[in-house]
Amino acid sequence: MSQPLPASITRTIKDTLRHLWSFPGGIKLSGHKSLSNHQPISTAKIAKQLIIPLSQHIGHASEPIVKVGDKVLKGQILGYASGPVSAPVHASGSGTVVAIEEHLIPHPSGLSALCVFIDTDGYEQWIECSPLISDSSSTDDNQEAVTHRSIATLSSHQINQQIANAGVVGLGGALYPSAAKLNTAEKMHADTLIINAAECEPYITCDDVLMRQRPEEVILGILLLKKVIGAKKCLIGIENNKPEAYQALLNTISGYNNSHTDAQIEIVQVPTLYPAGGEKQLIQVLTGREVPSQGLPMDIGIICHNVATAAAVYHAVYRGEPLISRIVTITGSAIKQPQNMEVPLGTPIRDILNQAGLDENKVEKIIMGGPMMGFSLPSIDTPVTKATNCILVSEKSELATPPPAMPCIRCARCSDSCPMSLLPQQMYWYAKARDLEKVQDYNIFDCIECGCCSYVCPSNIPLVQYFRYAKTEIWDDERERNKANIARDRHEFRKERLEKAKQAKAEAARLRKEKLAKKKALDAEQAKEKEGLSQSNDNPAKSSSADLIQEAIARAKAKKAQQQSQKKNTDNLSEAQQKKIDEVNERRRKKADSEEI
Amino acid sequence: MFLAQSSPFLKPELSVSKMMLVVTMLMIPGVLTAIYVFGYGVLVNIILAIIFALTFEAITLYLRRRPIAVYLKDKSALLTAVIIGVALPPLAPWWLTFVGLFFAIVIAKQLYGGLGYNTFNPAMVAYAILLISFPAEMTTYWQTPAMLASQFEGQTLSLLETINFQLFAQLPAGMTIDALTSATPLDIVRTAVLNGSATIDEIHAEGNAFGMLGGIGTEWVNLAFLAGGLFMMRKGLISWHIPISLLATLGFLSLLFGSFELDSNPSPLFHLFSGATMLGAFFIATDPVTASTTPRGRVIYGAGIGALIYIIRTWGGYPDAIAFAVLLMNMCAPLLDYYTQPRVYGHKADERDDEEAS
Repeated sequence: MSQPLPASITRTIKDTLRHLWSFPGGIKLSGHKSLSNHQPISTAKIAKQLIIPLSQHIGHASEPIVKVGDKVLKGQILGYASGPVSAPVHASGSGTVVAIEEHLIPHPSGLSALCVFIDTDGYEQWIECSPLISDSSSTDDNQEAVTHRSIATLSSHQINQQIANAGVVGLGGALYPSAAKLNTAEKMHADTLIINAAECEPYITCDDVLMRQRPEEVILGILLLKKVIGAKKCLIGIENNKPEAYQALLNTISGYNNSHTDAQIEIVQVPTLYPAGGEKQLIQVLTGREVPSQGLPMDIGIICHNVATAAAVYHAVYRGEPLISRIVTITGSAIKQPQNMEVPLGTPIRDILNQAGLDENKVEKIIMGGPMMGFSLPSIDTPVTKATNCILVSEKSELATPPPAMPCIRCARCSDSCPMSLLPQQMYWYAKARDLEKVQDYNIFDCIECGCCSYVCPSNIPLVQYFRYAKTEIWDDERERNKANIARDRHEFRKERLEKAKQAKAEAARLRKEKLAKKKALDAEQAKEKEGLSQSNDNPAKSSSADLIQEAIARAKAKKAQQQSQKKNTDNLSEAQQKKIDEVNERRRKKADSEEI
Repeated sequence: MFLAQSSPFLKPELSVSKMMLVVTMLMIPGVLTAIYVFGYGVLVNIILAIIFALTFEAITLYLRRRPIAVYLKDKSALLTAVIIGVALPPLAPWWLTFVGLFFAIVIAKQLYGGLGYNTFNPAMVAYAILLISFPAEMTTYWQTPAMLASQFEGQTLSLLETINFQLFAQLPAGMTIDALTSATPLDIVRTAVLNGSATIDEIHAEGNAFGMLGGIGTEWVNLAFLAGGLFMMRKGLISWHIPISLLATLGFLSLLFGSFELDSNPSPLFHLFSGATMLGAFFIATDPVTASTTPRGRVIYGAGIGALIYIIRTWGGYPDAIAFAVLLMNMCAPLLDYYTQPRVYGHKADERDDEEAS
């Protein structure tokens, strides 16, 4: 190899030579992005009361560690991560905890969840932040070099710990705790980091303005992410309808790339085609590879993060600030000043809408997220969470009121637009017939619910809704089946247990019997032995009748002998008397003899 | 409380009604050309067909207790009517149209469940039934194309005279139906080849069948439908799969067989620009309800129709073959859909085969 080319040149070459792949289907949508992406990021006023849900991420809700009445500072931890897939939650303003109770959260289900209510004191007093490194906002020429060296001094574990403690989650919408994801990626040796800056949904511009106005935060965050997983390559995918953001990132990157060849970050413009920002689609466009069905990008050595997540990582490491605010796009024609606003998490949506100028008479729908994948909010008295990227307030005729669905005419526009090459039409028939087996045969679980099929359907069939229905039905069935399985297992286990217990009982009884018998035998033996010993002792009760007879005979003999020897009153006996006595004696002796026999 | 709804919220770009209307509109160039070539009979056919179609549709919807206005507005009956109107012989008597529309709308469409549920293309069911039931009317009432009128010293009918003939079977004094009509180019070629009465060159010399590209007169109608079809494709109303594979197969087969027996086989261009080829390829075979829906399935479906058109035209009992070809492939559509499912993202190419094997 000859002298390596300067990075800026290699970048340009790569830029022109980079081959982009395409994904099947997709639809062209008008962006409506210019409504909100020209103004600088504004700051939301701190609300009187913050409502901070304890579950703003995928996985276990965090465990509250504050109690009602506690004074909390801004950035103070409110709840710890309660499992491997969980994230802590922090106070986004200083004040007093006034309640910890259920409150409506912005979620399609319209359900409530445990929230910490903080009455703010308005002082905005921070906890002491402990950044890992500082970017010493000097305008030193060599600043990047310093920064990069200081990143190099940190260990991957150190950075990830800081990310975990800051409660950073995927801000692109998935809300997966970033630290957990990075951990897995590091373990699985992911070699490519893809930064999702596509922001393909219409109306949403929060990532766009973030990149335009805070490109260093994004780039430094990306460098940190890259360091944590030890990725060799890093690609930023950005839709080509955001030239300003692209330029801003490019300018920032060129500085880092020039000073450090190993900092190589490539920024790639991808065609504006919804849903290019879908994780699987972006990976396909940038690398030509497909994430295996039911798998993760890590299975093919790729990890995806959103730009906003990168910025949150920057804040965690360089400032020591936990994730307590996010940029929210407030847009739609029922908003007087559409804009992007940095909003403390937990701020009621009503507050920020009022700040941006809500025209309540015009409002028809309030949508959180984009018009393709968002959901309509049941109430605006729900708080902004880590998931709130956009609040779209539409007036009548801006968005569709669902027209009555016509019969499917099998035009196949749905399958032609499906970025996953699914057959929505077939899935629809089977979902409608509740044939859940068949609907799975048509790979319903590969559906990313991007909404392309519903959008292009000339019969206005709410296809995605059918698919959500089918998916939940299948999950329900599975749960039921699992329950049944568990119940059956339990029943069988119980039967087995009872059977075992019975057997054990029987065995024990048998053993006891055996033991008893043995003991008896032993006792008898012992008794015999004892008897042997006790024959000299007077224990007549225990002697047998034969013994008694013997004894009696012996006694009688002894008595007789004594009598014979004594013969006290027989000296003077007559012959006849003597004869009689003899006869009696003879008889007695005979009797005794006969008895003896 | 604000309006709750499930995503996506963007306005749909297209409705069935709009789709049907646009497709019908894009038939207008072809229809106008056909009127020019074959006279006012085409126009009368279409108007009668529309009236019958909407009437039958409304009656059956009423009998089936469906909302009449909602389904009449989908304009699918309108499109069926225009296709049948163009496809029928220009001087067809009114009852032919009536019977045709009855079978199309009542039997083939509504009795199968209405829009979206019919297995067979309603217009083609009607055409096939008429062709089998009334072969004489279906083949002889073709007015001599305008291009040949002078050569045959044939007469033409004014609009009123045409209406009078089609509704009341009355011709102006001194005119006979034989003088007004002539065999279609496809019919001429087929008869000549089957009887062995003339070679292609001899037919050429006669000058009553071949135009510049295809059949005399019909080539212009085909060109106009081709233009409308290409525009539909460009607008994304239909995908390229069916028309292109259909035309390619038809062209390829006629080229293949034509090169063996030049005497009895007209050129590929003749097949492509005669009869109802373009109408069939872009407006009939692409009927979404009855066609295959997967990309590969649509290619096979189109190719199948193309092949059947060639086979029936060349060796079959009827001069044109669109109706039978389409109906035969309609039967295959569900099977094609099942066996040509595309590979889903993240799945291996042979996964389905594995599943079936196991």
